[in-house]
Amino acid sequence: MNSVSNFFSPLRTDRGGQAVLITLALVAIIVPILHLALPQSSPLYVSSYSVTLVAKYMCYALLAISVDLVWGYCGILSLGHGAFFALGGYAMGMYLMRQIGSRGVYGDPILPDFMVFLNWHELPWFWHGMNMFWLAMLMVILVPGLLAYLFGWLAFRSRVTGVYLSIITQALTYALMIAFFRNDMGFGGNNGFTDFKDILGFDINKPSTHATLVVITALVLALSYIACRYIVSSRAGRVIQAVRDAESRARFIGYRVESYKVWVFAFSAVLAGIAGALYVPQIGIINPSEFSPINSIEIVICVAVGGRGTLYGAVAGAVLVNVLKTYFTTAIPEFWLYVLGAIFILVTIFLPKGVVGLLESKKARDKADAVPEAKAA
Amino acid sequence: MILSRKLLSTLLVLISLFGVAARADPQQDYAAALAQLPNASYSDKNDIVKTIVTLQQPGARQVLQAFLDGMLYARTADAKIFIVTEQGDQFQLVDALTQKSAGSAAQTDFDKIGTNNGLRKLLRSAIAQFDLASSDKAVRLAAVRDVLNDPDDEVIKILRERANVELDSKIKSEIKQGLALADLSSDAADTRLVAINTLSGSLNPNVYNRLQAMLEQSADGSYAEPDDRVRAAARKAVAHIDHWRTFYSIIETSFFGLSLGSVLVLCAIGLAITFGVMGVINMAHGELMMLGAYTTYVTQLLMPNHIGLSILVAIPAAFIVSACVGMLIERGVVKFLYGRPLETLLATFGVSLILQQLVRNVFSANNRPVETPEWLAGSLQINDAFSLTYNRIYVVLFTIIVFVVLQFILKRTTLGLNVRAVSQNRAMAKAMGIRSEFVDMLTFGLGAGIAGVAGVALSQLTNVGPNLGQAYIVDAFMVVVFGGVGNLWGTLVGGMSLGVANKVMEPYFGAVLAKILVLVFLILFIQRKPRGLFPQKGRAAEH
Repeated sequence: MNSVSNFFSPLRTDRGGQAVLITLALVAIIVPILHLALPQSSPLYVSSYSVTLVAKYMCYALLAISVDLVWGYCGILSLGHGAFFALGGYAMGMYLMRQIGSRGVYGDPILPDFMVFLNWHELPWFWHGMNMFWLAMLMVILVPGLLAYLFGWLAFRSRVTGVYLSIITQALTYALMIAFFRNDMGFGGNNGFTDFKDILGFDINKPSTHATLVVITALVLALSYIACRYIVSSRAGRVIQAVRDAESRARFIGYRVESYKVWVFAFSAVLAGIAGALYVPQIGIINPSEFSPINSIEIVICVAVGGRGTLYGAVAGAVLVNVLKTYFTTAIPEFWLYVLGAIFILVTIFLPKGVVGLLESKKARDKADAVPEAKAA
Repeated sequence: MILSRKLLSTLLVLISLFGVAARADPQQDYAAALAQLPNASYSDKNDIVKTIVTLQQPGARQVLQAFLDGMLYARTADAKIFIVTEQGDQFQLVDALTQKSAGSAAQTDFDKIGTNNGLRKLLRSAIAQFDLASSDKAVRLAAVRDVLNDPDDEVIKILRERANVELDSKIKSEIKQGLALADLSSDAADTRLVAINTLSGSLNPNVYNRLQAMLEQSADGSYAEPDDRVRAAARKAVAHIDHWRTFYSIIETSFFGLSLGSVLVLCAIGLAITFGVMGVINMAHGELMMLGAYTTYVTQLLMPNHIGLSILVAIPAAFIVSACVGMLIERGVVKFLYGRPLETLLATFGVSLILQQLVRNVFSANNRPVETPEWLAGSLQINDAFSLTYNRIYVVLFTIIVFVVLQFILKRTTLGLNVRAVSQNRAMAKAMGIRSEFVDMLTFGLGAGIAGVAGVALSQLTNVGPNLGQAYIVDAFMVVVFGGVGNLWGTLVGGMSLGVANKVMEPYFGAVLAKILVLVFLILFIQRKPRGLFPQKGRAAEH
C-alpha cells in the first residue's frame, strides 16, 4: 500500500500536471464527439480544421516538453530539437508515402511520385521496409534517438556546454535543412512528402481517422508527460538538476555527468521525434523547412513563455504561443513577427520564470498577505 | 535590257579602276566607287570593296561595317548611299560619303544594298585590315582576335604582313599564336613542328583543343597527326599546358576561397566583438547586416546619378545606421541580461524578428535591386586560364582594411583600452573609473556598425532582402566559435580557412554538400577543441 502511494506521489503533488492531464482527457473525449456526432450545422460542431489545430498544438506541446526536459531540468539549451521533430516526421512520412502505392500521379506501385519524377528506377536502400508500420515507428524512435545519442556523446564528453552547445545544435539543424533540400537525398527535396492517402488502412482524410489520431496524440502526450514527471522526480532526475545547477560539483561528488546528460538528451530527442511522427499524418505534409533554425528557437521560446523547469509550463507555453500564432497569422499576418519578437524580449527580460512563475508568485503573495504574522516574524 | 545594264556597270567599274592609276585623286575615286554600289552585281561589289580598301579614305570603315551589318541603303530616287539606323518605321540617315547626319526618312524610300556569303567574308577581312592599321592598340587587338576566330588564306596573308610591322608585343604575340595555329594545318611536318613549339606556352583554350585533336586516335589506330615527331611534340605541349592550367586553377580556387572567407570574416568579425569581448550572443547580428545592405540601397536612391560614389558614401552611412540600432538594442534589451548569455540569445532573436518584419513593412518583402558600380564590375584578366573578378578582389581588400582598422581601435585607442579592461575584469575597470556601462554601449555599437559595413559588401554579392541576415548568421557564429571566442585573429584565420576549405571541396561534392561537410567538420572540431582554434589563455579565459 505504501509503495503504491509512493509510486503515485510525483503526480499527486504536481498540481499543474493534473490540470494538464485532465485537460487532455477532456480534449480526447469532447473533441471527437463534437467532430463526429454533431451535424455540421450545429454551433458546437468542431470542424476538421479545428481538429487539426488541436492536434498541432498537442504535437508542439510534446515537443515543448522534450525541450523543457533538457533545458529546464538539465540546463542544455538545444536549438536543434526541431531537427529531431522533423526526423521523426520524415520517418512517418516515408511510411505514409509507401502506403500511397499505385494511387500516385504516376501510378508506380513501389516508387513515390517524386522518385519517378527524378527518373529513379529503384528505391534507395533506406526506403526498403518503410512500408511496414512497425519498422517506420522503430525509425521514428531510433533515428532521432541515435543521432542525439551520438551528438550528445561527442559533445558532452568533450564538455561542450552553454552557448557553444546551443550554436552547434543550431548548426546541426541548419546542416540537416540544406541536406534535405537536396533532391539527391531521396527525401523529396523542396517539396518533401505530401498527398498521403491512408494510415494502417484507414483513409487519412476521413473524420473518424482525424478523431482517432487526436485521441492517440492526447494519449501519447499524457503518457510522455507522466514519463517525464517520473524521470525528473526520480533519483536520476535530481542528479540531472544538480548538473544544471552546478555541473562541476556534481562531477566531483562522483556522478558521471556525461552519461546523465547524454541519456536525457537522447530521451528528449525521441520524444521530439514522436511529436513529429504524430504531426505529419494530421497536418498532411512534411518538408525541409521543418528543419529551419527558427522552428527550434520558437519552441524554446514557448517553453520560456510557459515557464521552464516545470513541464506543465512547457505545455501551457506551447499552446499559448501557438494559439496566438494561429490568431495573428490569419487575422493580421504582418503583425505576427512583431508579437513573437516582443514575446521573446519581454519574456526573457521580465518573466524569466514564464507565465507559470507569474501565477505562482501571485499565489505566494496572496499567501503572504493572508498570513501577515509570518512576514513580521 | 538587264544584260546591257550589267555591262554598263562593269564598264563603269573598269573605268574607275583605271582611274585610280591615271588620276591619283583617292577622294574622288572613293566617291565614284561608292556611287556604283547600288547597281553593281555581286562580283562587281567584290571589286568595289577591294578598291575602297586600297583607297584608305576616312569613313570607309564605317561604310564597310554598315554594309556588313546590312545597314547600307541606297535612296530609290537618286541612288545616293546612306548608313541607316532603324527608328520605328523611319530610318535615321547618315550620308555614307561625308559621314554627316542627313535627318530621317520613311523606310520605303530606300533599297538595301545586298550582300552574300562571299562578300561578307571579304568585308570582314577588309574591316580587319582597317582595324589592324588603326593607331588604337585595343582596336588592333580586337581585330586580331576577330579574324583569328575564322582564319582563311586571305586573313593569314594580312596577318603575316602585320606581324612584321607590329610594334606592340602583346598584339604581336597574339598574331604569332594565331599564325602558328593556322600552321598546324600545314602540309609540311616541319612547319607544324615549329608551330607547336611556338604554341607550347599558350593557355588559350583554342590552342589546347587543337593540340588535343591532333593526338586523337581514330578507330583504325591511325592518329589525326601522321608524323611521329610532331605527335610527340604535341603530347609534350599538352602536358605542359595541363601543368600550367592545374597551377592556375589551384590559385583560382584559393582565391575564390579567400574571397568567400573574407565575406565570412566580415560577417563574423562584428560578432566576434559582441560575443567574444562582451559575452553577448547577438542573434540580431544578421539583421544589422541587412540594415547595412538596405542603407546601401537607400543611398543609391538618394544619389541615382553617382552609383560609383554611392557605395563609398554607404559605408559610413551603414556603419552609423547599424551602430545606432545596435546601441538601441544594447540599451533596451541586452543591458538587462549581462552574464546570462543564453537569455541574450533569445531576446536578440526576438529583436531580429522585429527588424525583419520592420524591413518587410517599410521596403516590401521583395528583394531590392542594388546596382553594382562600374569600378566593381568586370574582371582582371591575367591570362587565358586565369582571371579575377573585381568584386572578389575588392571584398578581400575591404575585409583586410576593416580588420586593420578594428585592430587599431582595440589596441591603440582609449576606447579600445577601456573595452579590453572591461572585458577582462569589469569590477576592477569600474574601480579605475571606467564607465563600464557606457563602454558596453559603445562596444556593442562598434560590433553592430561593423555588421552594417559588412552589409554594404553583401549588397554587392547577394540579394538584398529581409532574409539576408538569416542566411549568414549560422555561418558567422560558426566562424567565431571555430576561430576561438574573444580573438579577432582567430576569426580572421578561421573565416579564411573555412572559405578556402569550402571552395576546395566544391568541385568534388557540389556547393551544398561542401557546405554541409564544412558544418559537420565544425561540429566535430568543436568536440575536439571546445574553445576553438586559438583559445583564450589566462584570466580572460575564466569567464
